[in-house]
Amino acid sequence: MSLDPTLDALPARAEGFWNSRGMRRFRRHKLAVFGAVTIILMTLACVFGPMLLPYSDTFIDIRQRFAPPFSGPHILGTDPLGRDILARLLMAGRISLAVGFCAMVLAMGIGIAVGVAAGYYQGVIGAALMRFVDAMLCFPTIFLLLAISALIQPSVPSIVMLIAMTSWMEVARVVEAQIRSLRTREFAQAAVAMGSSNIRIMVRELLPNAIAPIVVAATLNVAHAILAESYISFLGYGIQPPTPSWGNMLENAQSYLTSAPWLAIIPGAAITLAVTSFNFVGDGLRDALDPRMDLP
Amino acid sequence: MSGFLLQRLMQAILLLLIVSMIGFAILHLAPGGPLSQFAAGGEMNQEDLDRIIEQLGLNRPLPVQYAEWLWRMLSGDWGLSYRDQQPVLHIIAGHLGPTLELMLSSTLLAMLIGAWIGIIGAVKRYSLFDSIATIGTMIALSIPTFWFGLVVIYVFSVGLGWLPSGNRFTIGDGSFLNRLHHLVGPCIVLALVSTAVWSRYMRSSMLDVINQDFVRTARAKGVPERQILMKHVLRNALLPMITITGLHVPSLLSGALVTETVFTWPGMGRLFLDSISYRDYPVVMGILMFTAVMVLLGSLLADLLYGVADPRIARSGR
Repeated sequence: MSLDPTLDALPARAEGFWNSRGMRRFRRHKLAVFGAVTIILMTLACVFGPMLLPYSDTFIDIRQRFAPPFSGPHILGTDPLGRDILARLLMAGRISLAVGFCAMVLAMGIGIAVGVAAGYYQGVIGAALMRFVDAMLCFPTIFLLLAISALIQPSVPSIVMLIAMTSWMEVARVVEAQIRSLRTREFAQAAVAMGSSNIRIMVRELLPNAIAPIVVAATLNVAHAILAESYISFLGYGIQPPTPSWGNMLENAQSYLTSAPWLAIIPGAAITLAVTSFNFVGDGLRDALDPRMDLP
Repeated sequence: MSGFLLQRLMQAILLLLIVSMIGFAILHLAPGGPLSQFAAGGEMNQEDLDRIIEQLGLNRPLPVQYAEWLWRMLSGDWGLSYRDQQPVLHIIAGHLGPTLELMLSSTLLAMLIGAWIGIIGAVKRYSLFDSIATIGTMIALSIPTFWFGLVVIYVFSVGLGWLPSGNRFTIGDGSFLNRLHHLVGPCIVLALVSTAVWSRYMRSSMLDVINQDFVRTARAKGVPERQILMKHVLRNALLPMITITGLHVPSLLSGALVTETVFTWPGMGRLFLDSISYRDYPVVMGILMFTAVMVLLGSLLADLLYGVADPRIARSGR
């Protein structure tokens, strides 16, 4: 996956148009572009789509319960209450994408703060912070999410905080490693010699130089947050009905798997599409911004 | 070797201590703290609550309470379940078997398929197979496990009728074949993410080794390509996979919880969810701590095994 020229030169066996270097770059690039376009389209559809639909997500069409997709006036069918699935899918998308984005912003804030502090003040403070990060990473994400969600009142803001609280650690690790290595570079030492304050060196000198891995981590973090929301909502401890989210649309779908499989298929496909898109973009950005970085 | 071992062990103990502090903090965040059991009922007045606080020592300083809690955890007294007054450790032990069965079988499956995909991908780099595998692994990492479980049930149980849609065995049967038949579905579902992880890392690990000098030397000596791959490259490329497997324990546990829920598999994850819906905090906290210990042991074991498999690591002390 690296673009190291020595690697590319060696096992050049099946050379051809499909395998030419330009094509390879374009193919990888293409996936990232596909991801970005999908994200934009999904966002636009979720923001403006509900206004263009004839049905609202709460309208109950009692004669059309369990209507299968592509069979009548409801394009993607209806759910057990007779609500339009497309309208619900788009409204749920607003929530799920917004939760993913907000949780990412919060997680990045915590992760960057901890990572910069730990990387800049090495020694006791840095070691203590990073051991705390290690300890948090010992808890399997879903177990931690569920254990804490059982203690709080579930609401959209509290779910955002919950997801951020359990996903900032990877960011902190990435940032800490970057800051630690940047700190020894000449420009950082020059800033110290010029008498810059610690805060100024951290924020104005070191952080801008670590922006590439931070952008990559942020993109992948959105994918993670959307997945996390879907997991806990599916299990019944995330976004609570009547507010729809992609996860809680699936909550009762298993009981209708024989009679109405589209209830399970459609929201799951939306989650997969969104998460895959963010992962493709993150992967593409990693290649473009920092070719030396290894796999996830 | 012993220095390396000792260093890793000390790190693990330190981590365990921090993990226990986080667990203790979460326990005290619970509404009503450790008193939630009594507070929830609502039939106690403040005097009774004060007496219980006195009895349980909850009015003492937090560090003292923490030390006592830690001591009880270490001596195996993890409290009693609110639901049936059974010791927590006893309940966890009763549900551990099915979870381990699921985790081990799916790891084995993921190793075989993932390693195979990774090896072919590395040997035929940038081929059509490699491109499809790269895209496929990315999608596999993005699919919600519970949704994949629903799809598997829909296709193989509802549609084709090949697999049972849940439970560990048919009641009244329970033979080995019956259990195996029930294991197939959840095993495939849980193995999806692990397979993707394995194939990605296997591919990059193979590529790292393929370009090393000793492989070029072997090629120059005229060793057959197949033998180079199997003997020289694969054996070295498998070494880092020990670490990957160790580090994969947390996401494997998370996946197991979801898989068990979808397939009504009577393991630790299901127990955890049930305990949450009953607000059975001792069991919830017990399982949370237990999984953290499993994760720690996984990474510790991986490090030690790596040290045994590749003595260079142990000697350099990393």
